[in-house]
Amino acid sequence: MFGKLSVSAIPFDQPIVMGAVGGASVLALVILALITYYGKWPYLWKEWLTSVDHKRIGIMYIILALVMLLRGFSDAVLMRSQQALAAGASHGYLSPEHFNQIFSAHGSIMIVFMAMPFLVGLMNIVVPQQIGARDVAFPFLNSVSLWLTTAGALLVMVSLGVGEFSKTGWTGISPLFEKRYSPGTGVDYWLWAFQLAGAGSLMTSINFLVTILRMRAPGMTLMRMPMFVWTVFTTNVLMMLAFPVLTVALFLLTLDRYLGMHFFTNALGGNMMMYTNLFWIWGHPEVYIVILPAFGVFSEVVATFSGKRLFGYKSLVYATAAIMLLSFTVWLHHFFTMGAGPNVNTFFGITTMMIAVPTGVKVFDWLFTMYRGRVRFTTPMYWTLGFLTTFVIGGMTGVLMAEPPADYLVHNSLFLIAHFHNMLIPGALFGFFAGYAYWFPKAVGFRLDETWGKRAFWCWLIGFYLAFGPLYILGFMGMPRRMAHYANLAWHPYLIIAAGGAAVIMMGILFQMIQLAVSIKQRNATRDLTGDPWNGRTLEWATSSPPAVYNFAITPVVHEIDAFMDMKEKDVVFRKPDQYHDIYLPKNTAAGLINGVFAFLFGFAMVWYIWWLAVLCALGMLVTVIVRAADDDTDYKVSAAEVERIEHRRFQQSTAAAMNSPAGGRIAPEIVPQG
Amino acid sequence: MVLFDPKGPIGEAERFLIIAAFVLMLIVVIPVFVMVFWFSLKYRASNRNAAYTPKWSYSAKIDLVVWLVPIAIVTALGYLAWTDTFRLDPYRPIDRDVKPVNIQVVSLDWNWLFIYPDHNIAVVNELVFPAGVPLSFRLTSDTVMTSFFIPQLGSQIYAMAGMQTRLHLLADEPGVYAGQNQEFSGRGYADMHFKAIATSREDFEAWVQKARQSSKKLDLARYEELEKPNVGHPVVYFSPVKSDLFDHIMRKYMGWMGDRGAIADMGKKTGPMSKQSGSGHGNTAALEAN
Repeated sequence: MFGKLSVSAIPFDQPIVMGAVGGASVLALVILALITYYGKWPYLWKEWLTSVDHKRIGIMYIILALVMLLRGFSDAVLMRSQQALAAGASHGYLSPEHFNQIFSAHGSIMIVFMAMPFLVGLMNIVVPQQIGARDVAFPFLNSVSLWLTTAGALLVMVSLGVGEFSKTGWTGISPLFEKRYSPGTGVDYWLWAFQLAGAGSLMTSINFLVTILRMRAPGMTLMRMPMFVWTVFTTNVLMMLAFPVLTVALFLLTLDRYLGMHFFTNALGGNMMMYTNLFWIWGHPEVYIVILPAFGVFSEVVATFSGKRLFGYKSLVYATAAIMLLSFTVWLHHFFTMGAGPNVNTFFGITTMMIAVPTGVKVFDWLFTMYRGRVRFTTPMYWTLGFLTTFVIGGMTGVLMAEPPADYLVHNSLFLIAHFHNMLIPGALFGFFAGYAYWFPKAVGFRLDETWGKRAFWCWLIGFYLAFGPLYILGFMGMPRRMAHYANLAWHPYLIIAAGGAAVIMMGILFQMIQLAVSIKQRNATRDLTGDPWNGRTLEWATSSPPAVYNFAITPVVHEIDAFMDMKEKDVVFRKPDQYHDIYLPKNTAAGLINGVFAFLFGFAMVWYIWWLAVLCALGMLVTVIVRAADDDTDYKVSAAEVERIEHRRFQQSTAAAMNSPAGGRIAPEIVPQG
Repeated sequence: MVLFDPKGPIGEAERFLIIAAFVLMLIVVIPVFVMVFWFSLKYRASNRNAAYTPKWSYSAKIDLVVWLVPIAIVTALGYLAWTDTFRLDPYRPIDRDVKPVNIQVVSLDWNWLFIYPDHNIAVVNELVFPAGVPLSFRLTSDTVMTSFFIPQLGSQIYAMAGMQTRLHLLADEPGVYAGQNQEFSGRGYADMHFKAIATSREDFEAWVQKARQSSKKLDLARYEELEKPNVGHPVVYFSPVKSDLFDHIMRKYMGWMGDRGAIADMGKKTGPMSKQSGSGHGNTAALEAN
């Protein structure tokens, strides 16, 4: 009846695990109780869970990302503290079994359930508004993607308390992940969590490619798209091309583990090297999938807060495109030491270095955007400046490892760990945080507190250097990654410093929580009534904050790269149109959420071999989608009168804001370009 | 930092490459640091005296420089990568007048077995070799993928079941160096390290004689005992060793090939790979057979 599942699957004997499970469960129960107490279920259901509005979906993605950031970071704290303790004779407080799950969960969560939802959330909120569209091309598909990703994340969370998580790294290590070496449920949890999230990502990519290609406002040619839209476009091309490779690789592994086939096994003709290749054909583009949108954020932020056009727009577009293409030609650098010949290694070494060229160009273009600008030091700008300095160090160590013989020394060492965290924390996460602070007023309607934001930034930056600087040194001292304990006492002091770094980052995260609480508390003072709190340059600032459900009452017409700045200069921003029209928008639907619930149960059933439930859920997903597809009545009308009422109110609000404040409702009117 | 204190020519060459690449890249990295601070502070919003050109967004000269400088550096680095990847290919024998010591490496759960086919001895978790003499390794695994690495001597290489990889190292001076598995391989991974002991040639001969005195012979039965998953196996000397043990371990995973399994043997018989072609790469042979 319940397959392999029994009460013994719950690790009652492990106090640390049970503590985490208990804590998470209590927190979840408290939240559910509060929602019930305040009677917010109907609101939550109607306005959020069943919503297909891209702005709402975007916010839900980011909430998911922030929750998973906390989980992934807890794993990081466990690893850093374990390695700070487990020197010499001490084996620390985590058994290898537990430690191996923790580093596997940390990587899986941070990449697939933190970075991915964060960037998809940002692009959901921003892209339709930046291109002057009312929603994405396929709003229902968007909801399906969100709930598939959430289902995957939930599987990872459930693995904490029911059974175990994978012990074979976030990449899956062949043939260690085969049934023979990993008979438990861990690899299966990892496998299905990745499959569900991967399916969601693939659909997202199709959705956004169509949105960007088909739904831009009149006049917005490709070469007038905001830089963020360009980076999202390239990211989605990568997602569309790369994710199917992961899906296939995991599917073959599924056949190995469930049906006793041997694609990646040691014996019977299996080829473990094939998996390594397939994984990184997805895995390397994936790095750029998460970094490119952050580059887009930095481009927007640096132009806005320098009060100046982005320098070298065309160069940036070509550089982004070059990175997109090159990212598919470098995957082998993840395993130079697998015995490939010098011809092969040289080829992939050189292609890897070539990526540094367009990346370097981008860095200089951002720098020259500040040149002769009027730089305002806001929180998003802090993240950007922190990124520019720190990221080049990561770039340098990356090119270093692109030299195959250098990689023969530092491959799989802590140097590598330091390198890719040096790319992904400043390169992706700082970008997401910059975007979070930059677009927060747009999405929610009030600004985030600057003081706490900057405090959080300093903690993150200093904590980053403290946590990963020692790891570079340890790499040169020959310390491999993923050590549950170690005999070499020379490594110990550095690992204590690194643990200190993690503690400083923890302060940063704490400050970000305080920032959110403080900002909500003082929201009436920081409310953004104009829709343009930063003197922005692109179309998302033309809508109100938060935007009306239809974003734009009248579709804007674009004449320039910085479309909104252009409108402001021509003084055509707050002009009332002669008349409003009816607007048709997609209706809410529960189908996406229901599909996600089925997907989660399907994954869970597959992990525990509960075949009847798996079949039932697969059918459930199919029926849900068919029923929804057969529904022709999916739109509702916002009447012209209603639109006029909403727009009129907004107009009054922003005029009042402009009258009441000497700053004209803007942060710094004295630096509005003089035309 | 042991990687900056290499004890052999391979490690030395790789250290030089790291330093050279590092210095070359500073040409870009230092200006970026300077410009971040200079531009953001000089053009801060409160500095009303600084120039302000909100519409200026392109300069062909700057564009040219920011493309060409990175291209020039990457060209230099690419050239280094090209020459050094061939020069430091782990499959390439080290050119010395002395006959190399052949060592077969088998990674187990979670121990290392070193077989000295020319001396008819085998050792668990301890690698002894003469300094100044090239070492010619053949590696395979009787479990999952692992990576054999002695940081102070240079390059690492993966060991994989049913396949053979090659590695050539040399220690310039006697000493005891750390050796380890650099690829995560499960529960006992953290304990999968060994001492790599470089001795004088005389001491090595003496050590071989001592090992030969071992009362334990390594036949299939004993190997099967050894191969069972265990952590921190003590150092044990074996002699004599079943003559084709290494091939036997590889063939355990090649039964599906039938006669074609012989192809892998052919790959082995060509001996040290020829400098011109990559076809001597062991796993390539297995791949072709696939």
